[in-house]
Amino acid sequence: MGKIIELKNVNKWFDKFQALKDVNLEVNQQEKIVICGPSGSGKSTLIRCINRLEEHQEGEIIVDGKEISENTKDIEKIRAEVGMVFQQFNLFPHLSILDNCTLAPIWVKKMPKKQAEEVAMKNLERVQIADQAKKFPGQLSGGQQQRCALARALCMEPKIMLFDEPTSALDPEMIKEVLDAMVDLAKAGMTMIVVTHEMGFAKEVADNMIFMDEGRIVEKAKTKDFFNNPKSDRTKLFLSQIL
Amino acid sequence: MKNILIKPSKEHLSNFVSLGGFLIFIGFFDVLANTFLDLNLTGFLPSKLSYLAPLIIGTIGLYFIRIEFSGNKLLDKINTNFNSSNLNAVLTLIVIFSLIKYIPPLLNWFIFDANFAGNVKEDCTGDGACWVFVKVWFNRFVYGMYPDAEQWRINSAFIMLFALVGASFFVPLKFKKYLLIFLLFIYPIIGLKLISGGDFGLKYVETGAWGGLSLTFIVSAFALILCFPIGMFLALGRRSNLPAIRYTSIGFIELWRGVPLITVLFMSAVMFPMFLPDGTYVDKLIRVLIAITLFEAAYMAEVIRGGLQALPKGQYEAAKSLGMGYWRMHFLIILPQALKLVIPGIANTFLALVKDTPLIFVVGLLELAGMVNLAKTNPKWLGMAMEGYVFAGLVFWVICYAMSRYSQNLEKKLSTER
Repeated sequence: MGKIIELKNVNKWFDKFQALKDVNLEVNQQEKIVICGPSGSGKSTLIRCINRLEEHQEGEIIVDGKEISENTKDIEKIRAEVGMVFQQFNLFPHLSILDNCTLAPIWVKKMPKKQAEEVAMKNLERVQIADQAKKFPGQLSGGQQQRCALARALCMEPKIMLFDEPTSALDPEMIKEVLDAMVDLAKAGMTMIVVTHEMGFAKEVADNMIFMDEGRIVEKAKTKDFFNNPKSDRTKLFLSQIL
Repeated sequence: MKNILIKPSKEHLSNFVSLGGFLIFIGFFDVLANTFLDLNLTGFLPSKLSYLAPLIIGTIGLYFIRIEFSGNKLLDKINTNFNSSNLNAVLTLIVIFSLIKYIPPLLNWFIFDANFAGNVKEDCTGDGACWVFVKVWFNRFVYGMYPDAEQWRINSAFIMLFALVGASFFVPLKFKKYLLIFLLFIYPIIGLKLISGGDFGLKYVETGAWGGLSLTFIVSAFALILCFPIGMFLALGRRSNLPAIRYTSIGFIELWRGVPLITVLFMSAVMFPMFLPDGTYVDKLIRVLIAITLFEAAYMAEVIRGGLQALPKGQYEAAKSLGMGYWRMHFLIILPQALKLVIPGIANTFLALVKDTPLIFVVGLLELAGMVNLAKTNPKWLGMAMEGYVFAGLVFWVICYAMSRYSQNLEKKLSTER
């Protein structure tokens, strides 16, 4: 299994504030990585750099063999291969659930409408909201909306899925239904990078854990080692507070 | 205070209600007598006091019947809706008395004393409105100076338009697209050719002869249809990351927004030809259409930009993360939502545009209000300004109200909220 994402010495500034400091990371195909850390530590910025929703100033980011920089002509093509699920769902409120899922396949991948709808229904069934297909996002619960957002990303048949705190905006009883859908996806062999505070999910799914603080990757370890004997003191402190 | 003022109470409900009712009745009786019988019952009072007497008496009456939880449903309803405080009581009475006083004379002028029959000014008695004026000039108000024999061309152009628009509601979705393209790109050419003539054996009618309500429609329709896409691109341009496009858009918008329409029209008609090489000629109407279109496009751009501004950043990010480029993102995700948000603002701009059309009189084009203006200066019909402008005002109101209702329906139809 080759590596599909590679970050080399990535630095990123928001004006004067340095959000990422010398970040190095390799992700193999089908690997599942969970990133955790205190707020403001650069977790979200890191994964948003991978599909260039944020621009990095120094270093290299290589996704599926292509380098991402301001010279990248077809950044859209890379984005089409990298699905993303946001904290605030970001469904398109003017479109029905089904249309949310078929829009990008039809217009970006030029898929025929019939086929796009079949793919969409398959993915909606996978996250168990096929019966809501005709409704609009505003009529769904938060958990259902987030599962729809997951289905929407899956309809593009991405090679990599990024999750930016997918359960942070949800009521506690809805978190489980979203996590279940994500566990299913992980078992199906998707490459996933997940920013989350759900340590239960991390223990169940992640191959590797990353702990970030102040823009740096403080610790990267196999999941078992990460929870059982964390090396750095900062990680120990964080885990003691969160577990 | 409490000892001096009689406090209405529930114990003496019937006493208070009959006393209050009596006072209110006196107030109303005074106003009615004053209006319809020309009787001034309070004439013995000083004139100002006499004028206000019904209001004062009525307010005192309303004070007496203001009893909370009286148990009488009608009384409670009146008290909560019209009589909840002294101020509300006064306002209620002022509104009702004004209606009694001013509605009948208005109706008299409009209908009962008005003259409808006849063909010359002398047929009007002068008591009420002289609708004969509007009747005689009606043809001109609608068609301007367009030759009578050729008016069927305007009629058929508009009938064709209505037929096409009507058809667009019924045809299946598949053909709707083609119908829309036909309506937007081919019909205007056919319509204009039909009205202006010059080919196909149709007599040429110069644009100076166009006028009246039909010209109002022509100018409004063209400007409405054209200013919308231009405004949209200007709005996107103003938010562009490319400095050249951004500053061009800002410059364009600020230039056109900063100049009064009447100046723009004047320049388009008088100054613009000076810059053209000799021998080239752009029709006056076309110049005016371009001027109004660009002027309104600048306003439209800012309205649409307001909608773009209101969309959360997440919508852009979600669209990008799905692999959409700039144009797909804007046309599929951003604009549909932004435009829906600013339907009230767009309707506002459209209404203002329709009501701005009379300004084309400065270049000698006379639409409805312009024709009224012309007709009232006709020596045979002097003194008919009121009737003319009331008529023009009513027509504009009907047009604008219809547009406003349509925009409200559209808002409801496009709403995807719960």
